[in-house]
Amino acid sequence: MSEHLLSIVLFTPLAGMFVLLLLPSSNRKLIRVWANIAAFAGFLVSLPLVFRFDRSAEGFQMVEKAPWIPALGAHYYLGIDGISLLLVMLTTVTGFIAILSSWSAIDRYEKQYYAMFLLQQTGMIGVFLSLDFLLFYVFWEIVLVPMYFIIGVWGGPRKLYAAIKFFLYTLAGSVLMLLGILTLYFQHHAQYGVYTFEIDALMQTAMPLHLERWVFWAFFIGFAIKVPMFPFHTWLPDAHTEAPTAGSVILAAVLLKMGTYGFLRFSLPLLPKAAIDPWIVHVMVGLSIVAIIYGALVCLMQDDWKKLVAYSSVSHLGFCTLGIFSLTPNGLAGSVIQQINHGISTGMLFLIVGVVYERRHTRLIREYGGLAHVMPNYAFVFAFAMLSSAGLPLLNGFIGEFTILQGAFEANRVWAAFAVTGIILGASYLLWLYQRTMLGRINNPKNLKLPDLNLREWAVFAPLLVWALWIGVYPKPYFEILEKPVAQLVERVRPGYFEAQAAKAPLEAAQAMESRMEAGIR
Amino acid sequence: MSQYYTSTDHFVLIPALMLALFGCAVLLFDFLIFPHPKQRKWLIVFLIIGEIFTGAGLWRQQSFLSSYGLNELTAFNGTLTIDGFALFFNWLFVLLSVLVAIVSYRYLEIENEHHGEYYGLILLAQCGMFFMATGTDLITLFLGLELTALSFYVMVGFLRTQKRSNEAAMKYLLLGAFSSGLLVYGFSLFYGLSGSTKIVDVADALAAREPGDPLVVLAMAAVAVGVLFKVSAAPFHMWAPDAYEGAPTTITAFLATGSKAASFAFLMRIFLGPLESARPTWEPLLIGAAVLSLFIGNIAAVTQTNVKRLLAYSSISHAGYILLGLIAGNETGLIGVAVYVAVYAFMTLGAFLVLVALRRRDLIGEDIEDLAGLMESSPGYAVLMLIFMLSLAGIPPTAGFIGKYYILLALIQTGHYTLAVIAAVFVAVAIYYYFRIVRAMFVSERKETAPLASTFGIKVALAVSGVLTLGIGIYPDPFLRMAGFSLIR
Repeated sequence: MSEHLLSIVLFTPLAGMFVLLLLPSSNRKLIRVWANIAAFAGFLVSLPLVFRFDRSAEGFQMVEKAPWIPALGAHYYLGIDGISLLLVMLTTVTGFIAILSSWSAIDRYEKQYYAMFLLQQTGMIGVFLSLDFLLFYVFWEIVLVPMYFIIGVWGGPRKLYAAIKFFLYTLAGSVLMLLGILTLYFQHHAQYGVYTFEIDALMQTAMPLHLERWVFWAFFIGFAIKVPMFPFHTWLPDAHTEAPTAGSVILAAVLLKMGTYGFLRFSLPLLPKAAIDPWIVHVMVGLSIVAIIYGALVCLMQDDWKKLVAYSSVSHLGFCTLGIFSLTPNGLAGSVIQQINHGISTGMLFLIVGVVYERRHTRLIREYGGLAHVMPNYAFVFAFAMLSSAGLPLLNGFIGEFTILQGAFEANRVWAAFAVTGIILGASYLLWLYQRTMLGRINNPKNLKLPDLNLREWAVFAPLLVWALWIGVYPKPYFEILEKPVAQLVERVRPGYFEAQAAKAPLEAAQAMESRMEAGIR
Repeated sequence: MSQYYTSTDHFVLIPALMLALFGCAVLLFDFLIFPHPKQRKWLIVFLIIGEIFTGAGLWRQQSFLSSYGLNELTAFNGTLTIDGFALFFNWLFVLLSVLVAIVSYRYLEIENEHHGEYYGLILLAQCGMFFMATGTDLITLFLGLELTALSFYVMVGFLRTQKRSNEAAMKYLLLGAFSSGLLVYGFSLFYGLSGSTKIVDVADALAAREPGDPLVVLAMAAVAVGVLFKVSAAPFHMWAPDAYEGAPTTITAFLATGSKAASFAFLMRIFLGPLESARPTWEPLLIGAAVLSLFIGNIAAVTQTNVKRLLAYSSISHAGYILLGLIAGNETGLIGVAVYVAVYAFMTLGAFLVLVALRRRDLIGEDIEDLAGLMESSPGYAVLMLIFMLSLAGIPPTAGFIGKYYILLALIQTGHYTLAVIAAVFVAVAIYYYFRIVRAMFVSERKETAPLASTFGIKVALAVSGVLTLGIGIYPDPFLRMAGFSLIR
C-alpha cells in the first residue's frame, strides 16, 4: 500500500465519484453526505504525505512509475517534491472545504455537481503529481471539463458565456503548449534516440537558445492563460463571477496555481537558457508588474463584490509570477508560499461573498453596508480574510509578499519598487470594500435580519483561518519544505548561483578593506 | 489449379467473395424466405453471419502473414495485395458494417422504409471497400470505389418518400459521377504514361520522368480532385452537408465512417504509391486542401443548427487533419492517418448513433434543440454523447486526442511548424461548436418528453463505440500497435 501512496491520493476522489454515481439521485441528503465523506477521505489520505515527506532529500519522492503508452514513451509516472507537496495539500484541503460549502448553495442536480467536483479533484491532483509530460497534459485537460460544467450548469446569469470563454481560452493555450511539448520531445529523441516524456529525462536535452525561446513561448501561452497573466486574464473575471461559490473557490485556490506550477515545474527546469534570457525575463516581469498594478486598479472601480475579488486574483498572481521570474531563492520560495496564501485568502474571500449571496442573492456592493451590526462573526471572519489578503504582518499574506519582494529586490530594485505599489493598492481596495460592506449604518432594510454564520459555515472557515494564522506566525516548516526544490531550481537555471553568493560575501568585505587601505595610504 | 485462378488468389479474395455472396443472398432471401416485413430483422442475423465468414477469412489471412513472417501477399498478378494496411482497414469495415446494421432496424421501421435491400447494399458497399483498401491496380481500385459509391447512391436516397433524401441522393450522384469521371481520366493518363495499370508499374514510370512533367501534373491534379471529393475535403466538400443531412441517419453514419475510411485507404494507395515520386508537386495542393478543409469545416460548423449538418462540417475538418498526416508523410504521420481514420470512425459513428436513437415517430431529432435536456431524460446517452463530442474535439483522455496527437507529432517531427499551429488553433475553434451540443444536452431545459427509440442493437453499438472511444484514449497501446502493424512495409 505505502509505495502506492500517491496513486491512492490521486484516485480516492475518483473512486468516491464512482460510488456517488451509483447512489440514487432522489436521495439528496445521502449524496451530499457521501460527497463530503469522499472529499474528506481525499484529505485524510493526503495527510501521510506530509509526515512521510523527507525535507532534506533532493529530487522527487514516493515515486511511482509504470509504462502507460510504450509506443509513445509515455509513463504513468508520479512523484512529489516540496512544491507539489504544498499544492497537493492545498488541493485536498480546499477541495473538501469547497464541497462542504456547497451544502445548501446547490439545489439542483446535486449528484452531477458533486461528481464533477470529485472528478476535478483527481484531475488537479494529477496535474501536481505527474512527472510525465503527457500524463500532465492529460490531467491538465481533464480539469477543463468539470469546471466547464460547474460554471455552465450551476453558475450565474451569464454562465454559458463565461463557461465557454473559460474553456476556449484555456484550451487554445494548452493546445499550443502541446506543440511545445512535442518539440521538446523530438529534440530529446534527436539527441538520445529515445522517445520519452519523463521530465527528468527531458531535462537532459540541450537545445539551441532560439529553439528554447520558441518552446518557452509555447509553454508560456498555455501557462499564462491559466495563471492568468496580463493580457490573457479576461476570461477570469467572467468565470469567477458566474461560477457558483465553490467553483470560484477551487478556480482561485487551485486551478490558477496550475499555471504557476507549470512555470516552476516545466518552463524553468526544462528551458533554463530561455528562462534567464534577459529579454524573456523582462517581458515576464513586466507583465507581472502590469498585472499587479492593473489588477489592483481595476479592483478599485468594481461595484460587484465577487468581481472585485476576481480581479484581486490577477493582482496577487502577478506577485507569484514576479517571484518566479526574479529567479532568486527568495523569490521562488515566496512565490510558492504566496500561491498557497492566495488559495487560502482568496478562497476565504469567495466563500465570504458566497455566504451573503446565499442570503441576499445579490453581489452588488452598494446593496450592503453595516453588516457588522447584524453579522458580527461574519464581519470578524471577513476582517481576518481581508487582512490576510492585504498582507498584514502575522498573517499569511505578509510572509509571501514580503519574501517575493525580497527576492525581486535582490534581482532588480526597480521591480520591487513597482511591485510595492501593488501592496498599497491592495490594502486600499480591500479596506474600502470592507468599509462599504461591513461598517457604517445599515441603509438597506433587507440587511436588517440577516442570520450570522451557522455551524457549518464556521466549519468551512475555521481550517482556513487556522492555516492563515499558522503560515503568518510560524512559516518555518514551509520554507524548510521548499528549500531543496527551490535551491535545485535556482541551481538549474543559474548554475553556480549559490557558490557565487557564498563567495560574494567575503569578497565584498575584502574589497571594502582594500579600498579603505588605499584611502589610508593616500 | 488453373494458372488463372491460383489458391493464393482464392485465399486473398475470400472476404470479398463472402461479402458479395451474402450481399446478393440477402436480396434473394428478402422475398424468398422472409417475405413478411416483421421477419426482416432476421436479415441482420444473416448479415452478421456473413460478416463472421468475412472476418474468418481476414483472420486466416492475418495469421498466415504473421506465421510466415510475410509483409504482404499479392494475388491476381499483383492486382490485389493483402498487407497490414489492408487488414487494418478491412477489420474496421467489418466492425462498422455490423454496428450500422444492428442499429438500423428500429430506425427504418419508424421511417416506414424497412426493406431487405438495405442490408444487401451494406454488404455490397463493404465489398467495394475491400477492393479500395486491398487493390493495387488502378482498375481494381476504381471498381471498388464505384461499387461502394453506387451502393451509397441508393442508400442515401433510401427514404423514397422524403424530398430531402431524394435531393441528397441526386446531388451525391451527380457530383460523385463527375468526380469519378475526373478520377478515371487521371487514371487513363497514368496508363498512357506507364503502359500498365498496376500501381507499382505506374509508380516506376512516373518516377522515371522529370519532376514537374506537365503530363504527370495533369494526371495528378485530376486524380487529386477526384479523391479529395471522395474524402469530402474542401474545396470539394459541397456535397457532404446535403448528403449527410438527407440520408437516413444510419446511412449517414456509414457514409461518414466506412466510406470515408475506405476513401482514405484509396487515397493512401494512390498518393503513397504511384504519386509518391511526385510528392513535391502534390504536397502544396494537399496542404491547400487540408488548411481549407480545417477552415471551412470548422467555421461553417459554428453556425449549423442541424446536428447532422454540423457533424458533416466537422467531418470535413477531420478530413483536413487526416490530410495533414499524409502531408507530414513520415512513419509517424502515416500511423497517425491510420489511427485518426479509425478513431474518427468510432467517435463519429457514436455521435450519429445517438441521433438514430433520437429519431422517434413524431420527432426527427436532428436539431440541436432536440437534444435539449437529454441529461435529464436519458443520462446514459447524454454522457456517451459528451464523450464523443470531447473526442471529436480532441480532448484527452479520449481517442480523438490520440489521433490529433499523432498528427501534431508528425507535423512537428517533419518541421511543418506553421501547419501545426494552424491545426492546433482549430482545435480550440472546434470546441465551440461541439460544446453547443453539450450545452444543449446538459444546460438547456428539457422540451421533448417522448422516450428515446432505443433498441438492444443501439445500446450494443453505442457501448462498443463508447468503450473504444474512451478505452483508446486511456490505454491506447494495443490499438497503436495494431495501427503500427498496418504500416509495416
